[in-house]
Amino acid sequence: MALDRIEILIEKYFEGETSIAEEKELKNYFSSSNVAQHLEQYSAVFGYYKQAKNEQLATTIPLKSKKQSIVVWLSVAASVVVMLGVGFTFYKNNLNTEIQNVGKVDDPEIAFRETQKALDLVSKHLNKGIESVSYLNEFEQSKNKIFKIN
Amino acid sequence: MNQKEFMQLINPFKDKIFRLAKRLLVSTEEAEDATQEVLVKLWSKNDSLEQLKSVEAMAMTMTKNYCLDQLKSKRAGNMTIVHNNYTDGSAGLQKRVEDNDAWQWVEKIINQLPEQQKLIVQMRDIEEMEFEEISKIMEMNEQAIRTALSRARKTIRENMTKTNNYGIG
Repeated sequence: MALDRIEILIEKYFEGETSIAEEKELKNYFSSSNVAQHLEQYSAVFGYYKQAKNEQLATTIPLKSKKQSIVVWLSVAASVVVMLGVGFTFYKNNLNTEIQNVGKVDDPEIAFRETQKALDLVSKHLNKGIESVSYLNEFEQSKNKIFKIN
Repeated sequence: MNQKEFMQLINPFKDKIFRLAKRLLVSTEEAEDATQEVLVKLWSKNDSLEQLKSVEAMAMTMTKNYCLDQLKSKRAGNMTIVHNNYTDGSAGLQKRVEDNDAWQWVEKIINQLPEQQKLIVQMRDIEEMEFEEISKIMEMNEQAIRTALSRARKTIRENMTKTNNYGIG
């Protein structure tokens, strides 16, 4: 590369008039091995510029924060749904059993009769039980007869 | 836009943002924080990104503003931070060590420039961006940018010749 061209370019360079292409030309010239001695002082500058462009960002960018908060909110929402579901089914069950248990009769006379019927039923079953126990009396009597000798 | 698409969108220029932030903030850690901050902000704007003409220019402007704010708040808090994390490349060939040494000088000289000139040097001489883009990001007209750039380049030259004459560089 002609030296006088480089000198002209350098002149332009310091006035801020060079184009990107011309500046690249200068950079290439100064990174070559045959730099003229009186221009050697600039080679460090251009060398530095060339090297400085290679520095890279070493860390990763933590964009995940946004997504993580979504996950957190989703899990909160899910647990609320589960709790509501469980609560609702319990509530419903309670409601059903209450309805089954409460038989309501408005007329007192019918209520009286119904109660009597129910009590009759209870006493009937109770008597039946007592009847069956009365057999045991027979056993008691015979046992007494046999063991009287003693 | 999902996360993957967003990553693809920012991939071409995320290093550029980092380098710009580092030029202003000097510390690698702070520059990383700034980059993350800017990109997360950009990600939160997600929906409006598609209407933008250049997401990159937007990101660069955000980075510039964010870093300048950081510097301002630091100065307001009367804190002076001196960073020393200049790259110490693996010492290999003698030539390379010398180069690194000279590069560190260049870096130091650039770090002494005013913020505006630092930004312009970073975008023009290192990132090789066109004046048109730079003027959008800096919110200045092209001529003003050329002038500032010329001034910065001359300052760098002066300081380099000084160190050369002292026989340090």
